[in-house]
Amino acid sequence: MTPLPLIIIGIGNDWRGDDAAGLLAARALRKLNLPNVTITEHGGDGASLMQTWAGAAVVILIDAVSAGGNPGTIYRIDANHETTAPDSFSTSSHLLGVGEAVELARALGQLPPRLVIFGIEGRDFAVNAALSPAVAANLPVLVERIVQEILNGTNDRLSL
Amino acid sequence: MNIRTIKVDMLARVEGEGGLHVKIKNDRVADVKLKIFEPPRFFEGFLRGRKFTEAPDITARICGICPVAYQMSSVHAMERALGVVVDGQLRALRRLLYCGEWIESHALHVYLLHTPDFLGYPDAIQLAKVYPDVVKNGLELKKLGNDIVNLVGGREIHPINVRVGGFYKAPTPRQVRELGQRLTAARTLAQEMVRFTAGLPFPEFEQNYEFVALRHPDEYAINEGRLVSNRGLDIDIAEYEANFAEEHVQHTTALQSVIKARGAYFVGPMARYNLNFDQLDPDIRALACEVGLEPPVNNPFKSIVIRSLETLYAVEEALRIIEAYEIPVRPFVDVTPGVGVGWGCTEAPRGILYHRYTLDKDGLIVDAKIVPPTSQNQKTIEGDLWHFVEKAVDLPDDRLTWQCEQAIRNYDPCISCSVHFIKLDIERE
Repeated sequence: MTPLPLIIIGIGNDWRGDDAAGLLAARALRKLNLPNVTITEHGGDGASLMQTWAGAAVVILIDAVSAGGNPGTIYRIDANHETTAPDSFSTSSHLLGVGEAVELARALGQLPPRLVIFGIEGRDFAVNAALSPAVAANLPVLVERIVQEILNGTNDRLSL
Repeated sequence: MNIRTIKVDMLARVEGEGGLHVKIKNDRVADVKLKIFEPPRFFEGFLRGRKFTEAPDITARICGICPVAYQMSSVHAMERALGVVVDGQLRALRRLLYCGEWIESHALHVYLLHTPDFLGYPDAIQLAKVYPDVVKNGLELKKLGNDIVNLVGGREIHPINVRVGGFYKAPTPRQVRELGQRLTAARTLAQEMVRFTAGLPFPEFEQNYEFVALRHPDEYAINEGRLVSNRGLDIDIAEYEANFAEEHVQHTTALQSVIKARGAYFVGPMARYNLNFDQLDPDIRALACEVGLEPPVNNPFKSIVIRSLETLYAVEEALRIIEAYEIPVRPFVDVTPGVGVGWGCTEAPRGILYHRYTLDKDGLIVDAKIVPPTSQNQKTIEGDLWHFVEKAVDLPDDRLTWQCEQAIRNYDPCISCSVHFIKLDIERE
């Protein structure tokens, strides 16, 4: 398989309120038609997530988080240099969560060469809930930060 | 008076939300409650009034780990109600799909959820730091299982290709045989899985259980068979409700099942293995004996080895099916709606999953009943904890809590399914 130069993975569930934020950000990014960028949406099962990013040189994950901040707060984690707090991400008791997948990949030496995680603090994850106003208001900011990350990261990418 | 409470408010590495409360009074167990507080889900209620054709897709949503089991029990029930027989390659494809789910579910549970308990790690991430190859093998096997479900079912989670009467679309022989090489490699991984798990340290703990599983005259039962037990039960699945009852218990939102005549019973890999060992392949039986696991096995902690043996079986069975596969003339047989009652009972990774539907003349569901494996094992899990804590009462609370959680995971409980999870709490008095 040809290595994918850059893959953006929006993670979430459309039917669980703010958990849709990662998917919505991915869709907004897709509309920008960024060159040489693969954008995909994902339900968040960790084992499958590790397969989705396999072979990619640069991976950007976008996911709603519950880290105790104000709704809409944007977080950036450089996963190659910082550990994640597995409990902050959408978790399941039986499947691996997003944070667990990142930490499992790290333990196995299978982290992508570059992995950046963007989180946005959610408030309401109930079934059929609407996106919280604070999350909706900050989505364009999140998208813009990811665009800047890609533009700034281009040099990093060439050096890989 | 000396009261100890062992309490796990939210059990990890099980599916769904539940907890455990153990009360110890003067070094004797005074109470054990496996609490399931996952909210009720009312699936049986909202199936009423839906078309018989919708049951496989609606019930698949009960579980993200074993959706195939729900689809299979529902299609078999509908076909029985409407007098349809699905055989030949369509039957084989269903078995292949189910093998995929067994491989995926067993590999996940054995390697990532249960092995850490035996080796003293809190989770798979810590395990991976010391045993990276073990975790890699687990992920590889799980991926193969997912890929089988993806190919036959059209999607890894909540497959969309299953319908009453067969499938919407049958895979081509070429697509199916592309799995061959990976399955052959997986056979070696599964054999390693058996030897690895058989070498784990097992607590000494044996109980007298009534094991209940399907038995089929010609094969290790997955989709079809009679319900049998080691205490003389031998019934058509239509007689399930005459022999088994669901009871409401206050501390749990799941109904607990009992055999009316005798009480608690045990379903799942260990039940299947003990009842149907003779139907496993000779090489699998030989390997089982080599690692010291001749049936009957009465130590539930050894279920981890049995899951590994069943993974090997599912890999070998999948290989047989793909080698003999030819594309069916049509991907499904026609089913005409009508009045009827149908029963479906198949072997989900965790044990028998029973469905019953009553249909009206237009094929609308009048009444539905679904009994998942975890609710059937619930009473047996509580019994195990009671006897296990009694023997291990001298352990400090943190160690005892750990082993209680390990004992619960012997059953790979799927609490979301049974509620319709787990906090653990040991109280000492």
